[in-house]
Amino acid sequence: MRNIWTICRRELYAYFVSPIAWVLLTIFALLSGVFTYIISASFVRASLEGQMSGQSFPMNLNEQVIAPLFSNIAVVGLFLIPLISMRLFAEEKRQGTIELLVTSPVHDFEIILGKWLSAVLMYAALLAILALDYSFLFIYGNPDWKPVLTGFLGAVLQGACLLAFGTFISTLTRNQIVAGAIGFALALILWILNWTTSFGNSVMVQVLNYLSIVSHMDSFSRGVIDTKDLIYYLSMIFLGLFLTARSLESIRWKA
Amino acid sequence: MIQVEGLSKRYARHVAVNNISFSVEKGDIVGFLGPNGAGKTTTMRILTCFLPPTEGKATVAGFDVFEQPHEVKKHIGYLPEAPPLYPEMSVEDYLAFVARLKSVPAAEVKQRTDQVIERCAIGDNRSRLISKLSKGYRQRVGLAQAIIHNPDVLILDEPTSGLDPKQINETRELIKNLSGEHTIILSTHILPEVEAVCQKVIIINKGRLVATDSVENLKSRAGVGSAIQVQVDTAGEADGVTVRQRIEQVPGVSKVLDRAVHGNRFVFEIESLQGRNTRPDVARAIVHAGWNLLELKSSTLTLEEVFLELTGSHTGEPVPVVAGGAE
Repeated sequence: MRNIWTICRRELYAYFVSPIAWVLLTIFALLSGVFTYIISASFVRASLEGQMSGQSFPMNLNEQVIAPLFSNIAVVGLFLIPLISMRLFAEEKRQGTIELLVTSPVHDFEIILGKWLSAVLMYAALLAILALDYSFLFIYGNPDWKPVLTGFLGAVLQGACLLAFGTFISTLTRNQIVAGAIGFALALILWILNWTTSFGNSVMVQVLNYLSIVSHMDSFSRGVIDTKDLIYYLSMIFLGLFLTARSLESIRWKA
Repeated sequence: MIQVEGLSKRYARHVAVNNISFSVEKGDIVGFLGPNGAGKTTTMRILTCFLPPTEGKATVAGFDVFEQPHEVKKHIGYLPEAPPLYPEMSVEDYLAFVARLKSVPAAEVKQRTDQVIERCAIGDNRSRLISKLSKGYRQRVGLAQAIIHNPDVLILDEPTSGLDPKQINETRELIKNLSGEHTIILSTHILPEVEAVCQKVIIINKGRLVATDSVENLKSRAGVGSAIQVQVDTAGEADGVTVRQRIEQVPGVSKVLDRAVHGNRFVFEIESLQGRNTRPDVARAIVHAGWNLLELKSSTLTLEEVFLELTGSHTGEPVPVVAGGAE
């Protein structure tokens, strides 16, 4: 446990002394701010129009602002996550510091969990900015807080799952750019898999839709924790980290 | 402290290490010598549990590298050829990280860090970023991380490669100072380094063990008797051939080689039969012939010649051995 934390701490140190953390935080702050503004502005306009026309549609902050914001942010996450995970092992391999880690009295799983955990915390730091955006909705409105919490849980799980695969991809190369590009392609594929739903409702389509990463966010952002989605995320995290472990082992046999 | 028996490492296309056996006693400084590509790094990586061996057995501090890697790692400090440093960290943060990684108890991390910083003389840059340090300094930080958990065994892969002569001397002094507490294996292809630092040599070539012995024994074992070098000035009264023939007649001389000619001055290298001191007779012969003896010195066989002798490459293709200083 102590070793995992030792490694995790060093990775966080590396994120925050290099520009990467600050660049990501800036990009995310800009994007989430713009999304929050656009979506809440259109919500305000819709409610004004409703009042002026005398018809009162049921307006709901949770369903009309928070849930769409979460799904937008989930897509933004797909683009930023490869940037977080690409350096994890690629950089160690390039610098030769992997030799230090592997010849230290720590287990492989401790190295992997420490690195992955640091990436998840880095992503959680990005999501904290979104929480800041939401705080304005709580100041000026009265949304239900439970779907917000489950939404964050879903966003972190989705990030954790992509980061697990990103960690694996990072073990395959010593070049960060290559790791980033492959990670990005994988995130994109996992995202667009659910576009196949327009092809009908065959078993194949259902399987592909289940594999798609974004569709599992929907119930979370509506305040529902579905075991089906939870199992999806947890098993994908496990698969990603398991592949990482195998790959790290093979580095030794091949080196 | 270290036992290696029949160790081999094979890859799909070539054999990096072929059936090597040796042992290292506690407190020894052993030089691991061989040309580039001889299998030095591979052997060291096996000992540090970075690579699994294909065949054979190796134990460090009584633990098997394949069966109990975790225990072995606790007893080994390792400096790879490129020091494993994180450029974005400061020296003391980095060393504290390595200390925690090597299971130094949390309460002692600060103390151990301070100790190795003092030991390796890197105190004046302790809060600088590693990326800002010179190469020699980085090497010392690399050594500091290797000894931070006070390991029984230190494995140093080419610790002086790429340093300037001053840094090389500093690093060698540092390594010598570390002996006693630690058993040290250091690899190198620089021969004077072995003579300067090590008590024992393990020579490998093309993955095979060529010799393992003390530096002194190795020299006398491969030596063919002592050689002497003379410089003679004939003042134009005789040519080189005459002089050589005269020296060849001295009893006990087995071979005379022309080394250099500078006008009337001739330099010869004279090999004598085992156990014969021919220096007085050679000197007398030259003076009696009426020539001037400008110089007479004994040139013992250098470790380099021993090395070439043992690896058999003085006849075959040249081995990239750098005799003096860094590559």
